[in-house]
Amino acid sequence: MTAVLSSERAGNHAGTSSALPVSFRGLRRTFGTGNAAHTVLQDVTFDVAAGEVLAILGPSGCGKSTLLRAAAGLDSPSAGSVVIQDTPVHGIDPRCAFAFQEPRLLPWHTLQANVAIGLPTGCSAKEGKAKVSRLLELVGLDSFAKHRPREVSGGMAQRASLARALARNPGVLLLDEPFGALDALTRIKMQDLLLDVHQAEPTTVLLVTHDVDEALQLADRIIVLGAADDGQGATIVRTVDVPGTRPRDRASAELAALRVSLLASLGVDGH
Amino acid sequence: MSNPGNPFLTGNSVADERAAAATAATADAARTGALPAPAPATGWSPAGVRSRNWARLPLGLIIPAILLAAWQAASATGLFSVVQLPPPAMVLGAAGELLGRGELGTHIAISTQRVVIGFLIGAALGLILGATVGLSKIADALLAPTIGALRAVPSLAWVPLLILWLKIGEDSKVTLIIIGAFFPVFTTVSLALRHVDRNLVEAARAFGLKGVRLLTTVQLPAVVPAVFSGLRLALAQAWLFLVAAELIASSMGLGFLLIDSQNNGRTDRLFLAIVLLAVIGKLTDALLGLAEKWAVKRWA
Repeated sequence: MTAVLSSERAGNHAGTSSALPVSFRGLRRTFGTGNAAHTVLQDVTFDVAAGEVLAILGPSGCGKSTLLRAAAGLDSPSAGSVVIQDTPVHGIDPRCAFAFQEPRLLPWHTLQANVAIGLPTGCSAKEGKAKVSRLLELVGLDSFAKHRPREVSGGMAQRASLARALARNPGVLLLDEPFGALDALTRIKMQDLLLDVHQAEPTTVLLVTHDVDEALQLADRIIVLGAADDGQGATIVRTVDVPGTRPRDRASAELAALRVSLLASLGVDGH
Repeated sequence: MSNPGNPFLTGNSVADERAAAATAATADAARTGALPAPAPATGWSPAGVRSRNWARLPLGLIIPAILLAAWQAASATGLFSVVQLPPPAMVLGAAGELLGRGELGTHIAISTQRVVIGFLIGAALGLILGATVGLSKIADALLAPTIGALRAVPSLAWVPLLILWLKIGEDSKVTLIIIGAFFPVFTTVSLALRHVDRNLVEAARAFGLKGVRLLTTVQLPAVVPAVFSGLRLALAQAWLFLVAAELIASSMGLGFLLIDSQNNGRTDRLFLAIVLLAVIGKLTDALLGLAEKWAVKRWA
């Protein structure tokens, strides 16, 4: 399958933007004002290299999604900034594409029309159609192109959502717990699919997850968010380079040890 | 609902392609290890819907038939005088007579024309202003109090002013109908737009949709069912306001037929006007209902 994907990619360089580096600089996000002010994130600084897959781990409610939303321009930080290849993010950023925890497909459109929503502006109809059908094939949905979202399973809808994000030729692909709502078996298949996709479209990926195994399986590097020293919101408490190259052996002893240590960082005792 | 950025908007979820897709899906599932396609989510098979529709029409005619029989019986037994309750045959006769003189056609045509023009303009204004107020907080703060106060004015209170400004003619009547059709559409659209799934809107915004494209791609399709409830209410209001306008000042139309028959003691024609209002009102509503079915199937 990978061979097919690579050859397809080789024939389709036009309009495909390359992976972009991302820097988070002193990011801080406070919700509310005055006495009701509530800091979620503070002093978050890290860099992601172009083409890198970075997983963001953290307990629920620690601001992982807020971090991604800041990169997409869906949310503005209270202080600091997100810089994508020398230009800071201001408002919805066309260089990013977002896949949410839920598929969030338009129920009145077919899967192919939903994927086409992701096409960048200025994309001709012919070019767009070709791209959409190529992406649907990439995520294994080519025979479901004309189905409505409610006519397919949750995993298939989530794959369509991934295809929609890829349609944008993103320099940075933002994935907010994209497989969190899927059953365990479908989740593993989707993780493998994401690796295939990353090989076919080697963009920068920021993956928010609460699943340590998923992070170990997919990422080049993992950052762990946790309570800041002063107790005001979350910040980066640990950065881990994941050893080995993908696809990684799910049963590797080295990864198992790392898994226990990461769980401990998240406040879960390893047994 | 044109969407320049999306080449697939003319593509429907086609039922007949579903079978082909489902067959292909089995092979595809084997190849990709994906789940097979579940059955399409439509609750009724096409045949089921058809037989259900066939059953609906006779069922809906039962009560009108009973009413007609009771009417006939009541007038035949002499329970009411002919002036109070003319028998159905006499009403039918009145219809034949007016039709023969060409008057009935004129009354129906002019009334329907007033309703259609007033409804279309009122509904369009309601849609535009309802969308503006529903989507923009500034527009809401600016316009909603004024529109709310205007809505509180009872419809008939406008009549003297409209006659003063626009004289007795088509303009004043159509304007009154526009007022009547505007408010149901305005209210339902502005409220429905405020309750569109925020997640869907956010997802669309994340993909660069904004302004008119966001409206036509996400927000309007999401409120299609609510828009049609508003349109159907507006159409009913349009007929109501038509009769109000024609009762007060007119020389043609079903409302004029009502008041003219009352003045001449022609109860048969009075009944005819009422029956025609019921039938034509229901017919126009049914037409809108058909459009609604199509639209809901297309967008919901």
